[in-house]
Amino acid sequence: MSQGFPLRPEQASTIARGVDHLYYFLTAIDLFFTALIFFTILAFVLRYRRRSEKQQATQIEGHIPLEIIWTAIPLGLVVIIFLWGTSLFIRNSRPPAAATEIFVVGKQWMWKLQHPEGVEEINELHVPVNQPIKLTMTSEDVIHDFSVPAFRVKKDVVPGMYTSLWFEATKTGTFHIFCDQYCGANHALMRGEVIVMEPTAYEQWLSGGRRGESMVQAGAKLYDQLSCITCHGTGKAPPLLGIYNKPVKLTNGSTVVADDAYLRESVLYPSAKIVAGYPPIMPTYKGQVTEEQLLQLIAYIRSLSPQEGKASK
Amino acid sequence: MADSHAASALAHQFEDLEQQHEAVSLGMWVFLATEVMFFGGLFAGYAIYRRLYLPGFVEGSHLLNVALGAINTGVLICSSLTMALAVRAAQLGKRNALVTFLILTLALGLAFILTKLTLEWRHDYLEGLAPGLNFTHGGPHAKSVELFFCFYFLMTGVHAVHMMVGVGILLVLVVLAWKGSFGPTRYNAVETAGLYWHFVDIVWIFLFPLLYLIGGRY
Amino acid sequence: MALAAVDSETRRNYLNADYSIKSWLLTTDHKRIGLLYLASITLFFFVGGSAAVLMRLNLLEPNGALIEPAAYNKLFSMHGIIMVFFFMIPSIPAVLGNFLVPMMIGARDLAFPRLNLLSWYIFMLGGALAMYAVVSGGVDTGWTFYTPLSTTYLNTHVMSAALGVFVAGFSSILTGLNFVVTIHKMRAPGMTWFRMPLFLWAIYATSIIQILGTPVLAVTLTLVALERLFHVGVFDPAVGGDPILFQHLFWFYSHPAVYIMILPSMGVVSELVACFAKKRIFGYSFVAFSSLAIAVISFLVWGHHMFVSGQSIYAGIIFSALSFAVAIPSAIKVFNWTATLYKGSISYHAPMLYALGFIGLFTMGGLTGLFLATLAVDTHVHDTYFVVAHFHYIMVGGAVMGYMGGLHFWWPKIIGRLYPDGWARLAAAIIFFGFNLTFFPQYILGYLGMPRRYAVYPPEFQVLNVMSSAGASILAVGYLIPLVYLIWSMLRGPAAGPNPWGAKGLEWTTPSPPATENFESPPVVTEEAYAYGAQEVSVG
Repeated sequence: MSQGFPLRPEQASTIARGVDHLYYFLTAIDLFFTALIFFTILAFVLRYRRRSEKQQATQIEGHIPLEIIWTAIPLGLVVIIFLWGTSLFIRNSRPPAAATEIFVVGKQWMWKLQHPEGVEEINELHVPVNQPIKLTMTSEDVIHDFSVPAFRVKKDVVPGMYTSLWFEATKTGTFHIFCDQYCGANHALMRGEVIVMEPTAYEQWLSGGRRGESMVQAGAKLYDQLSCITCHGTGKAPPLLGIYNKPVKLTNGSTVVADDAYLRESVLYPSAKIVAGYPPIMPTYKGQVTEEQLLQLIAYIRSLSPQEGKASK
Repeated sequence: MADSHAASALAHQFEDLEQQHEAVSLGMWVFLATEVMFFGGLFAGYAIYRRLYLPGFVEGSHLLNVALGAINTGVLICSSLTMALAVRAAQLGKRNALVTFLILTLALGLAFILTKLTLEWRHDYLEGLAPGLNFTHGGPHAKSVELFFCFYFLMTGVHAVHMMVGVGILLVLVVLAWKGSFGPTRYNAVETAGLYWHFVDIVWIFLFPLLYLIGGRY
Repeated sequence: MALAAVDSETRRNYLNADYSIKSWLLTTDHKRIGLLYLASITLFFFVGGSAAVLMRLNLLEPNGALIEPAAYNKLFSMHGIIMVFFFMIPSIPAVLGNFLVPMMIGARDLAFPRLNLLSWYIFMLGGALAMYAVVSGGVDTGWTFYTPLSTTYLNTHVMSAALGVFVAGFSSILTGLNFVVTIHKMRAPGMTWFRMPLFLWAIYATSIIQILGTPVLAVTLTLVALERLFHVGVFDPAVGGDPILFQHLFWFYSHPAVYIMILPSMGVVSELVACFAKKRIFGYSFVAFSSLAIAVISFLVWGHHMFVSGQSIYAGIIFSALSFAVAIPSAIKVFNWTATLYKGSISYHAPMLYALGFIGLFTMGGLTGLFLATLAVDTHVHDTYFVVAHFHYIMVGGAVMGYMGGLHFWWPKIIGRLYPDGWARLAAAIIFFGFNLTFFPQYILGYLGMPRRYAVYPPEFQVLNVMSSAGASILAVGYLIPLVYLIWSMLRGPAAGPNPWGAKGLEWTTPSPPATENFESPPVVTEEAYAYGAQEVSVG
């Protein structure tokens, strides 16, 4: 990294170096071919400049071997780039199993973050260093985008669905969060900071933070307040014990996985998918729960499964 | 050089009538290609939401009047027949037959539009099925039923606009045909209009089952 | 020279055939319609350009030097909408294409001259609607109109802007339709497909995209309008809609649209390189087929705008692979143009400088497209200034330079007068320098993480922003200079002969300016395109 004039952000995550290496390779190719074309043109334009009106050009129709060469070489190069980029991308898309999940709700024009232990933050995200973190995100209004350049991660935050990204910070410090999808008047102000701390400092911060109950506890309380148990605990509705990320058979014969999106949809639009063997009598809770509360409910339902299983995308 | 008698009207940019004929035909086919893309975009959106919200779409479809839709389909198919006969009449130089068939096509087209507007749409409006205006249909799938009707009105509406344009073209053709403007060597306009009319018919042939016949009825 | 001036003034041509306003506003002459478009798009260019100047001035300071964020958001939206739909997409097809397509194939006019005039009026109607949106308070959706922001959350003039774009789209469709039919059916005897100048291949490929892609934009904007008017849930998830569906529909058109913007310019470059190297383009058929390949593949890559949108990674992988594929034909063209210069007889007139500038800048900018097609890198640079730099390198460094080159090349034919080449070369150099200073720093800004569409930014990005704004001021000067000398040329320039550049092509066999009917009798073509070899061609 250059001292006075940085050409790239800090490499503060496990994937940053890999992304930068690919970027350097691409830059080298770009500069190489630009220079190649530039200097070739310069050479020809000087060497073959028209020195008199009578100067003839030598007409050359073409040269098939040359066409093959300058098609095959770029083709070979792009295949390499594609394979490299895709394998990096696949790896960067799959969070490690041991990732701590933190929940993000974006709204015009702020970020609300919930730690599973219950601590809530606004526009700031405290995380421990060297620990994989998975962010599960949704929006309350328009499409936003959660981006941390220092980690080389970015994902749109979309209303009506959950998206996620993961990172493992390798350095302590403070790093920009940018909203990277134009979202209205104060888009440029919808910024925040990731604060990466040593594990002990993080634990201290966590225990000192504004702490209500954990997300699971909050979810359990909501489950109670909204009387979910009257059906789901009495056989009138599908039992929720152990269903997280397991397949569910529907009345129309198809099978879906009970992931975050399915659970969210079941609370807001229960008539969309009816579990086989049950009547379509669940009322909708749309307008009665916020996006954060939905995430708490999901956390609670997830806690009813013996092991988490792989987190859904 | 430009031909000066009114009926044959070789446009100045063309070398001969054959070139003009081919250019006008190709132009209509290219235009129809754009229409395929336009309706195709609507069909794609419809297909996606139908897959997502099948119960609501079935419910919405059952609220449509299949009998009227089927009759209208028959009306349009007949109008394509009369249109084809009109083109044939023009090719054979039969002025009276041409005018008759054009008027029949026009009448059938008008019948389609009137049925749709005054019988189907008016009924839907009175039943509280017009999205954004007076949609009052309830039930667990209300939102997707509204989405269904959104696509229904948009797609049949755009189709109806195309029909009205077609009717306008036919009107012009009737007048020109009456004045004897068409004959065995000069029926380009009729043939081109026929292409357009058949296309609008075909769009309806796709619309009818997709909108009216989802999910079976009996 | 003086005699020639008198001669062209007294000889009847398409310009002096009739001076009345009515003869201009009701013309069906493709050449006059081309000039009508020239006037309109020049106006839109300077409106869109003014928005850019204000934006760059504002970005001199991290906290905004000039404008509130709400106003800034309107500026970048209007800059994008006007530049894309009312300048770039029409520019070469509607100005140079309209003027040249019939002349290059030896026809008297396009297949449908009245439709051509109608296209211009439709374009002006769309432009009027868009300008209404501008003057009545602006629109701030971004040119991309993403939902549900544009359908549900904004109170600005979304409807009139969307309507303006919708209407202008029909102009684009009809122009494309006219060109396709004309090229298929009205070529002069002997003008086979493979004897056509490459400009026509490029226009043909562009027209295919215009015809097949633009209707999908129409549908998309119609659905947005419906949602705004009737509050139905097509794209708003709060009522069951899918905002990602909007992105698919929008980009299905808007990606091919960028090829509408670049292909004609590539066609111009072929003409310029051939003429100013006095050589047939190396690998003619490869260049011709590359245009078609680009048009076809362009419809298959739209998802590369959505790699981080939440779509499945498998979709991302497929779109990434196809996006790399679309780069290959463009590379083939660049190599063939370069090879054309080998053993040529090369002059440095202004059009050639623009062509060479195009090749260099398009190479650099096109290759940055590879960065964006690479999934792992795009994740980092998506929606940052890297993307802004990429597309401005192609659009401005590429397409606009090609347009300027073409304008300068065919100007003597269109207007019948010459312009001062010294000033033209100076302007080209200023534009080249100003352009690079404006946009190269933005690659770095983007990789550092500065997002696009930001009215204010963190202070560490200021140095690069200041460099970029400095470049923008130089670029603006560069664009103003041609305005001055081209207008001077129209009024007082020395008369041009039929072929001041000694170029090959049917358009150069007519007087400058041409007669209304172009050719006295339909030409018969017996030689290949760019037949520079056999005899020496003298300039003048």
